[in-house]
Amino acid sequence: MAEENGDMVDIYIMGKKYRVPNALTIMKALEYAGYVYVRGCGCRGGFCGACATVYRLPGDYKLHVALACQEVVQEGMAVAHIPFYPANKELYDIDKLKPNAESILKLYPTVYRCVSCNTCTKACPQEIQVMDYVQAALRGDIAKAADISFACIMCGLCASRCPAEIPQFNVGILARRLYSRHIAPPAQHLADRMQEVEEGKFEEEIDKLMKMNKDELQELYTKRDMEPK
Amino acid sequence: MSAYSPKMLESIKRLEGTRQERIKMEPLPLIGPEEKTKLLEEFHPDYKKGTQREIKIGPSKGEKTPYEIADIFEAYSLINPDNFEIGEPDYDVDVLVVGGGGAGCAAALVAQESGASVLLSTKLRIGDANTNMAQGGIQAADKSHDSPAIHYLDVIGGGRFTNDPSLVRALTIDAPGVIKWLEDLGMMFDKEPDGTLVEIHGGGTSRKRMHSARDYSGGEIMKTLRDEVFNKKIPFVEFSPVVELLTSGDTCTGAVLYNMETSETLIVRAKTTIIAAGGSGRLHVQGFPTSNHYGATGDGLILAYRAGVPFVFMDTIQYHPTGAAYPEQILGLLVTEKVRGLGAHLVNNEGNRYIYELETRDVNAAGIIRECLGRKRGVETPSGQQGIWLDSPVIDITQGAGTIQKALPAMFRQYMNFGIDMTKEPILIYPTQHYQNGGVKIDENGLADGVKNLYIAGESAGGIHGRNRLMGNSLLDILVFGKRAGIHAIEVSRNIEHGALTLDHVKKYHKELDGLKMEEKRYSPKLLPDYRQPELRKDPEPIII
Repeated sequence: MAEENGDMVDIYIMGKKYRVPNALTIMKALEYAGYVYVRGCGCRGGFCGACATVYRLPGDYKLHVALACQEVVQEGMAVAHIPFYPANKELYDIDKLKPNAESILKLYPTVYRCVSCNTCTKACPQEIQVMDYVQAALRGDIAKAADISFACIMCGLCASRCPAEIPQFNVGILARRLYSRHIAPPAQHLADRMQEVEEGKFEEEIDKLMKMNKDELQELYTKRDMEPK
Repeated sequence: MSAYSPKMLESIKRLEGTRQERIKMEPLPLIGPEEKTKLLEEFHPDYKKGTQREIKIGPSKGEKTPYEIADIFEAYSLINPDNFEIGEPDYDVDVLVVGGGGAGCAAALVAQESGASVLLSTKLRIGDANTNMAQGGIQAADKSHDSPAIHYLDVIGGGRFTNDPSLVRALTIDAPGVIKWLEDLGMMFDKEPDGTLVEIHGGGTSRKRMHSARDYSGGEIMKTLRDEVFNKKIPFVEFSPVVELLTSGDTCTGAVLYNMETSETLIVRAKTTIIAAGGSGRLHVQGFPTSNHYGATGDGLILAYRAGVPFVFMDTIQYHPTGAAYPEQILGLLVTEKVRGLGAHLVNNEGNRYIYELETRDVNAAGIIRECLGRKRGVETPSGQQGIWLDSPVIDITQGAGTIQKALPAMFRQYMNFGIDMTKEPILIYPTQHYQNGGVKIDENGLADGVKNLYIAGESAGGIHGRNRLMGNSLLDILVFGKRAGIHAIEVSRNIEHGALTLDHVKKYHKELDGLKMEEKRYSPKLLPDYRQPELRKDPEPIII
């Protein structure tokens, strides 16, 4: 369709020129051009971070970043994927860590080296204030680091641009797990329910349901009371 | 300038004109059983004539399934069993886990915790799975006015009373334990300051039991489990899908991995094997767009089937009622059910609500198709795609300004990328292929029917949800059955020795296929979909190993 309408643009895939419909995302444009992804393609919906991409536009020195599945092509766009970035992921036992700055800095000492240049934030396709959560981690404000980093999809673009060699996205998941394991209180109603399940409180009622035929179940189902919105 | 066309903007005016009244009105009542049956038979895609056929081969011979899925069952292995030399194993393990999504990671974690040697193989990266994309939430009856029995009734009613009762029991009774497991791992659930879990309704729930992590629920579960798989140093191999199981008689004894980057094959000898390879949305049944992950090509189905495991409910697919219908670039991507859970209205081209928004998914999908194709009250996009409005601004009006940005940040971001502010403008939706309701047959431990030492967990398995799954029960089922399979596999592998490694089941299957005298020789598993221009595809010439 686009070909007939002439709505085509030239893009450069790792330096090679292809003519593609202008309405396509970078990912679909690569496929249109004949590429079959093995690496660099995941959920195709902006959730998994597999398709981190850097690109430049004509006459612009700036390196832009995007998820290939979310960004639409433009005339003259020069693109390259970064399907994997070898940032360090440290190993830990989450139960044994304390939710403070020391835990994070011991595992990821490069956090000390953050020069607040904000390059990570500019590189984030999710528009997360990456530098702010790194700084929060440095101050030991784990709750804030967890909150700010929440929408991180771990594509690695922040780490690829960081002059201090901080693996920000790994700091983010550590902060969220520390917060959830050690700061947010455990749900009391969940613990109570676990005890009831272990005591076998629901077995009899479920056994009864399991033995019912379709009509009996249908009647119960249709009559069941609904918790109001 | 609005991202919507002038014609769509006129429709939005009608919608805005009725908004205040719609907010004041009570939701429409749930439809009755007879009306439900009629609606489904007339408009649900499962019932469309000429879209399914009987399988001519294997343990479920004679059962119906959509053409696109039948094609992978009636297909030759990527391995030629007459030429392939199995040789010495590259890996010798107690448990082989096939798949790196939620079910696979859960299985691997519990198995290794019990002291087993584990290998996790995955087609793409660990975490590249539908789990990662699940937005809405995970169900569990963990509040005092709810119970696993009430959950049981919701599940089995949602599945139109066709579910396997023993699987529903396992699902609902294990649910609180799964939430507790995640909480202990430090997974960031939405909580009140005192620790109480935030829980809302989903389609077909009679209690508010949908737990979430904003609208990245599956994503946060996946990231937490993956982090733990790394921390526990579970051996894994990525970009190396299983292309065939190895068997000895009626027992699964290992598998052949295929490194997609180097074309190398690797032999795994395993006492037990857990298939957690996900669903089949990328087979695009009836040409529907899909909300699924790139790797969802139904590989687990055919691996188990060739080895002798029958399937159940493979004639029913879940179409998620609210896939994006506009803009074109995100066609088929999911608009989470949580948008309706938070109170957004479904509105037709005339500006009216026409159905209760939290009907089960099958009913709402059929309802949208009826509104568009049957009653001609759909909204048309410039490319001719039909859709129904999801009036999202209602959420901020009724729940308070900022609710959308706080509860649906991923959704908000996605639409803003394309110039649509869903806090001010409605979004257009149409059903998308979302979930494989059926799958291969298992028991309550995830043990495959008819093949020893083989387990199936997650979307590859069938029977848990019957003919229709409720929102929030899939994130639950992958963890319940992933854990159950992992635990049971360990117990079994403690008491057995490794078996012989053969491809005899493939030879047998091929012989049966030869008898069909098919015009076109097909191969499976498909591994990856092909989205190149038709003239660039070299189909059908797969790698034959």
